[in-house]
Amino acid sequence: MRVAVLVTHIRPEEKLLLQAFQAHGVAPDVILDRDLDFDLTAGPQQPAPSGRAWADYDVVLERCVSTSRGTYALAILNTWGITTVNTCHTARICEDKLLTTVTLARHHIPQPAARVAFTPESALQSLETLSYPAVLKPVTGSWGRLLARVPSPEVAESIIEHRQTLGGYEQHIYYAQAYVNKPQRDIRAFVVGDRTICAIYRTSSHWITNTARGGVATNCPVTPELDELCVRAARAVGGGVLALDLFEDGERGLLVNEINHTMEFRNSSAPTGVNIAAEVVDYVLAQAGVPA
Amino acid sequence: MITHTTAPCPICDASVRVASDAMENELIACPDCGAELEIVSLQPLTLAEAPETQEDWGE
Repeated sequence: MRVAVLVTHIRPEEKLLLQAFQAHGVAPDVILDRDLDFDLTAGPQQPAPSGRAWADYDVVLERCVSTSRGTYALAILNTWGITTVNTCHTARICEDKLLTTVTLARHHIPQPAARVAFTPESALQSLETLSYPAVLKPVTGSWGRLLARVPSPEVAESIIEHRQTLGGYEQHIYYAQAYVNKPQRDIRAFVVGDRTICAIYRTSSHWITNTARGGVATNCPVTPELDELCVRAARAVGGGVLALDLFEDGERGLLVNEINHTMEFRNSSAPTGVNIAAEVVDYVLAQAGVPA
Repeated sequence: MITHTTAPCPICDASVRVASDAMENELIACPDCGAELEIVSLQPLTLAEAPETQEDWGE
C-alpha cells in the first residue's frame, strides 16, 4: 500500500491524519506542494519529490492549504489515472462559490438565493433584486475573508468602487447572496463518502461564524434530515471527504451555504466525540482498495 | 529522534520547546511573541517564520 499525503505544511489536521494512517500500519510519504515540479508533457512514471514514481501510489490524499496548488496537482494526477481524495472534479466545484451554487441548484439542493454580475451597474441591480441586506463574497477564498454584509445601496456602491479600483479581475466578479438571518450560529457538517459522520454548531455574536474567526464549536446532532441533505449535496459536487456549511433559515429550513473540500477539523472531534481523522483515513484506504 | 527540543524563535529569540512527536514542516506558535513558526529541520532543530497567509489559502 503506497499512500502520499500532499500538504503545504503540517497543521494539527495533517498530524492527526498521519497518526490515523500509522494506526493502520501505513506510513504515507508526505509531499510538500512547494517541492512539486511536474513535467506536464510526460506521464506518471516521473518521480514525485519523494523519489518514488507517481504511478506507484495507490492513492494520494490532497491536504494543501494552497487551493491553487492542490487543485492543479489533482488535475495532473487524475489525468494520469491516479486515485486521489478528493478528486479534481470535486475540488474545482467546491473551491468556486459560483460553481458550487449552480451545481447545487441543478440538483435542487436548498441554498440561499444567489446572483452574479460583472459590472458595477449590474452588480447594484443584482443586489437590489436580492434586497438589502445582502452578502458580497469573492468567488474563491476561505476563512471568511473579504465577505461583506451590505446593508444599503450606498454601502454597496462604496464596496464595489473599492473592488473595481483595487482588486484584480476576480474581484470584478460580483457574486452576491441573500443574507440569511441565522440564529447566531451555523452548522458545519462532515461528510465522508455516503455518511454525515458528525456536525458542529459554530456560534458567534459576529455574523461570520467561522471557527477561524472565533466561532465556538459545540456538538450538533446529525438528524435524518441533516444527514439526507448533506449526503445529497456532497454527491452533487462529486462526493468524497467534505465539510458543508449550512444555515438554519426560519422559513426555508436548512440551506447549504458552502462546501469545503480540504476541511479543517481540529476543533470538531472533541465536541462531537467522533474521530474524524480515523474516518477520513478509512475512506482514503477504501479508495485504494483496502477494506475498512 | 530529536536531539534538541528547544530552538530560538526567529522573531523574538525566546526559547521555543517542541513536542517529542514534532514533525518537519509542522506549524507551531512561539509561546512568547505568538508568531506562527514552521519547523524546517528536526536535526538540528531549526525554526523559521511561517509563510504569510496567501490569497488562495483555505479549506
